[in-house]
Amino acid sequence: MTQAPATAPAAPPDERVHRASALQRLMSRPELGSLVGAIAIYIFFFVVADSFRSTAALSTILYVTSTIGIMAVGVALLMIGGEFDLSAGVAVTTSALTASLLSYQLSTNVWVGILVALVVSLSIGFANGWLVMKTGIPSFLVTLGSFLMLQGLNLAVTKLLTGQVASQNISNMDGFALAEAIFASEFSVGGMTIRITVIYWLLFVAIATWILLRTKVGNWIYAVGGDKESARAVGVPVAATKIGLFMGVGFLAWFSGMHLLFRFNTVQSGEGVGNEFIFIIAAVIGGCLLTGGYGTAIGAAIGALIYGMTNQGIIYAGWNPDWVKFFLGVMLLLATVTNMWVRNRASKR
Amino acid sequence: MASETAEAPLEEISTGVPLVQLKNVGKYYGHITALQGINLKVGKGEVTCVLGDNGAGKSTLIKIISGRHTHDEGELLVDGKEVHLSSPREALEHGIATVYQDLAVVPLMPVWRNFFLGSEQTEGVWPVRKLRVNEMRETAREELHKMGIDLPDLDAPIGSLSGGQRQCVAIARAVYFGARVLILDEPTAALGVKQSGVVLRYISAAAQSGLGVIFITHNPHHAYMVGDHFVLLNRGLMTLDCKYDDITLDQLTSEMAGGDELETLQHELKKR
Repeated sequence: MTQAPATAPAAPPDERVHRASALQRLMSRPELGSLVGAIAIYIFFFVVADSFRSTAALSTILYVTSTIGIMAVGVALLMIGGEFDLSAGVAVTTSALTASLLSYQLSTNVWVGILVALVVSLSIGFANGWLVMKTGIPSFLVTLGSFLMLQGLNLAVTKLLTGQVASQNISNMDGFALAEAIFASEFSVGGMTIRITVIYWLLFVAIATWILLRTKVGNWIYAVGGDKESARAVGVPVAATKIGLFMGVGFLAWFSGMHLLFRFNTVQSGEGVGNEFIFIIAAVIGGCLLTGGYGTAIGAAIGALIYGMTNQGIIYAGWNPDWVKFFLGVMLLLATVTNMWVRNRASKR
Repeated sequence: MASETAEAPLEEISTGVPLVQLKNVGKYYGHITALQGINLKVGKGEVTCVLGDNGAGKSTLIKIISGRHTHDEGELLVDGKEVHLSSPREALEHGIATVYQDLAVVPLMPVWRNFFLGSEQTEGVWPVRKLRVNEMRETAREELHKMGIDLPDLDAPIGSLSGGQRQCVAIARAVYFGARVLILDEPTAALGVKQSGVVLRYISAAAQSGLGVIFITHNPHHAYMVGDHFVLLNRGLMTLDCKYDDITLDQLTSEMAGGDELETLQHELKKR
């Protein structure tokens, strides 16, 4: 790394600090460490695995990234707002199951199920947020509770209604074609297949970035995560902001759930367990501070990309996929240390 | 709403009526008496100092005036009219702004975002209503400049400023958003001599510009430098209430330290 003047033991007595150099300001960007990491991983797999270089591989990587990345946006915003959502992984499955089972059982147009699933997902988000704010219990515990509850419900209700562990195929029901076009279509650009989730992912990242940096609500998100009491003292609606963030995760869980449903026509009720940590890992690798108040949506997107590349790169390299989790763990530790180092360095100036 | 508060006129108050007045105010937490029989007032351009040792009831007093707690007995008058403040927001609407000891700033956020936090300026219609980033940054720069703080980078996290600077940012923020009465909770407590000087100078300037200031402190030296009235609290009761002309610094210091107790202490310590 660069040799920035680390020697300033005898700081000038003047309290005026020098304007941070462009390099220093770049270094203080929360997503910088992850960007460097992403490039390194890309180069690594590019060298190691031949098939990693094909456009087909790129297409798959982007798709895997987008499915994680969409949720990571919501989870990152929530983390910046100072909270966790451990139920985010299974909430995706809950949403998909709701839409699927409801439409099938009532033999209605799938859009009825889709809308009901949206209401259910937003309600789960609201319930999580409301409980956290009302009881003051850490969101880690509240959402651990809802995680277990949803996991149990997914399995139990599916078995109850279908007699098996997956929902029925709904591909020949009314409204399926439109829903599939919206949530799970794909198109080709210059010989490369792009799944529509990639577009949504980029769109959500852009919207989240705009919200964070250019709106009042964004200011509030950083504030409630950075210092809840201070935010309250200057009139920021803390509870509404945090509940809104939980509902944002709910909305994205609905969206991801709909993709899952219309991509595969059927939903495995045990799916989604463990994904909550991957969302959190993507956010943390992307520079979001676990304690809140710091981070970006773009960082979370890069974090998701690192996950996507590692996940697929190991397969393309012909290694045992068991190594994915190991590599992810290494990435997480490296990213955390890098972020800490960058932040300390930036705040010292 | 936020934008028009900047030029809140101060003329509307007739000079005779105090901005904030407490009459026989008391507060109880269960069967514990936190405050009893407190009389205090602050007028335009005045600095009323509330002195007291730890546990004297200063914090409770602030909470009552700033709307975080309601009083149990007595009257709280704003512009001569009795009010019951049920939230900090309500107090703010009356022009009473509190700068807390912990400053109510978010350390990791940029200075200008902190300056406008909770009162952001926006433009446009709802789905695309956005912050007026450049205007806010400029306004923050100007307001801070007015009080002699020249920050090279308003995008720096406020946590990287010195304690005195942070204090001044918090005060400037309150003044900008239309405060007529400033409650300062131990603004100099954690500061060095030089930094305290900066803050005290600013308190004095704020009063001269027509604000009423309630300055809570346990430092009689600081109080005497800027104060017009002095109120001393001890175990929830008022033990002193006088004007600047009626008291000397030595008297104030010895009253503050409990008079006789201080002498005894002096004797004790000199023996060694």
